[in-house]
This record gives sequence, structure tokens and C-alpha cells, in this order.
Amino acid sequence: MKIKVIVTLKNGVLDPQGKAIQQTLNGMNFGNVEDVRQGKYFEIEVKEKDEKKAKSLVDDMCKKLLANLVIEDYKIV
Amino acid sequence: MRSSVIIFPGSNCDRDMDVALKKFGFKNQMVWHNDKSIPKSDLIVLPGGFSYGDYLRCGSIASKSKIIKSVIDFANSGGLVLGICNGFQILTETGLLNGILQQNKFLNFICSNVYVKVRDKQNKYFKDLKKDVLELHIAHNEGNYFCSNDELKSLEDNNQIAVTYCGEDGTENETTNPNGAIKNIAGIFNNNKNVLGMMPHPERMIDKYLSGEDGSLFFKNILDNFK
Repeated sequence: MKIKVIVTLKNGVLDPQGKAIQQTLNGMNFGNVEDVRQGKYFEIEVKEKDEKKAKSLVDDMCKKLLANLVIEDYKIV
Repeated sequence: MRSSVIIFPGSNCDRDMDVALKKFGFKNQMVWHNDKSIPKSDLIVLPGGFSYGDYLRCGSIASKSKIIKSVIDFANSGGLVLGICNGFQILTETGLLNGILQQNKFLNFICSNVYVKVRDKQNKYFKDLKKDVLELHIAHNEGNYFCSNDELKSLEDNNQIAVTYCGEDGTENETTNPNGAIKNIAGIFNNNKNVLGMMPHPERMIDKYLSGEDGSLFFKNILDNFK
């Protein structure tokens, strides 16, 4: 079963790459772009048929490795 | 004093560290990350470099290596653990040190000499150090130290801030902050001050003809405090 995870920076944490992308978009005449936050996306293939169990495993993975909870939040989608 | 330098795939300051440690009389050994145990040591060093190509987050993959459990046990039993640059990043990812090293504020790789102020001398690394400001070298893309307000308060209250970026005369402000680190932080201790992580490389400042000798002071001081 494939589980998808999105890791994003927490609100308030500086995202210089997001800022650079926003400024570039503004420079390309996408003037209405007010903010960009860059994140990470994972597709994890888990050998598990029960969706609840698979998601709970991935949740553990997020806490232990995929996200650093000092600056990042994660969402299992 | 016996030391061990851990090598991860992608470490590249391990041999510089070996040369530096031996120059001042440490009995140093190199340890591969896949080993399960560390030879008897008084100091463990996690060197600089780009372990695992900085994949996921700098230091995150190395912080789960086989050898790390021994490093954590050693640190928790009071042993001296020093992480330089990528080593500092690994230490924050293991949880031995608070916070995280983010990408530099202006998205640039910085390679230059900097001055750092020694903020605490009640520890085995800086006790009785003759200088308050050291000239060291930095080379990193992710050295922008960040932590939560609560963690910062606790670092300040317990004097866990080890070194901060400053000018030659010790002044600290935005212009002497190369990477945007919170409160100009260049290095921190754990609560017991046996674990030290810092971005500057003392091992690159051990020769007066090539660079400078403030790194020599640092290594000699660790030895003096051990005796």
C-alpha cells in the first residue's frame, strides 16, 4: 500500500528558498504571488494491507526520521 | 588522551581532524560508521563533511547509523563528544543537542574565516582558555542555527551557548552574523556540557603559516583540562 506524506516548514520558520521562489515568480509577472513555502513529498510503499496500520507505521516514521519536529510539520494524505 | 573520529560516507574533514588531534598528542583512532562499538575513548569526534550527501536533512541519515547508539551511550555517561560542522548537524538530529541547522539565510555556501566569542568557560573544552575571541574557519551551506523560544531560553539560562559569531573585537550584531543563526549562535552544549557542537572548524587553524593557530589553542586546552 502506498502512503503519501507531505512535510512542510512550521509557520514562522524562515524559508529562504520559498522566499527566493516567490520573488522569482513576482519577477516573472506573477505579481499576485504573496508567499511561497517549499516542502517535501514522500511516497512510501508499505507491505501492509490494513490502511490504518500502514498509516500508523508511517506516522512513526515521520516522527523518527522524515520530519524534524523542531521546524517541520507533516501530513499523511 | 584517547580520541575516536567517526567516519560516515561523505565525511571529508575526518583526516584533517586526525592530523590535528595527533599533532597535539591525542591517541586518535578512526572508526567506521558501520561498526557497532567504539574503542575506549576519552573524546569522540563527529567530523565535518556531507554525510550521505546531505540527503533528507543534513545529518539526519548519519544520526541513525549503527555507531550512533554507542555515541549516545558514551555521551549520556558523561564522555566528551565534539561535533564539528556536519558533526554538529548530526548531533542535533540525534537529539543530543537542541535545535537544528537550517540553510544559510542568504542561500549561499559560506567559506571564510570568522571570529567567535567564547561564551562559557565552565566546561572541559574552554576552561582556562587564554583568549575570549577565536579566529576559526567556516565552510557550510546549512549553519543557520534555529530553535524554539523555549529552547533558546533554556540554552541561555543554563549557559549552554558555547560560541557566537562576532567581530575581531568581540562585538556581536547582524553584520558579524554570517548565516542568520539565531542570537549569532555558532556552537552549543548539551545540559551537562560534555557534548559540544559547533559550525567553525578548529582543525583548520592549527598552523601559523597556513592559516592561524587559534584552533591549536582549542585542542591544547582540551588536553590541559583532561590532565
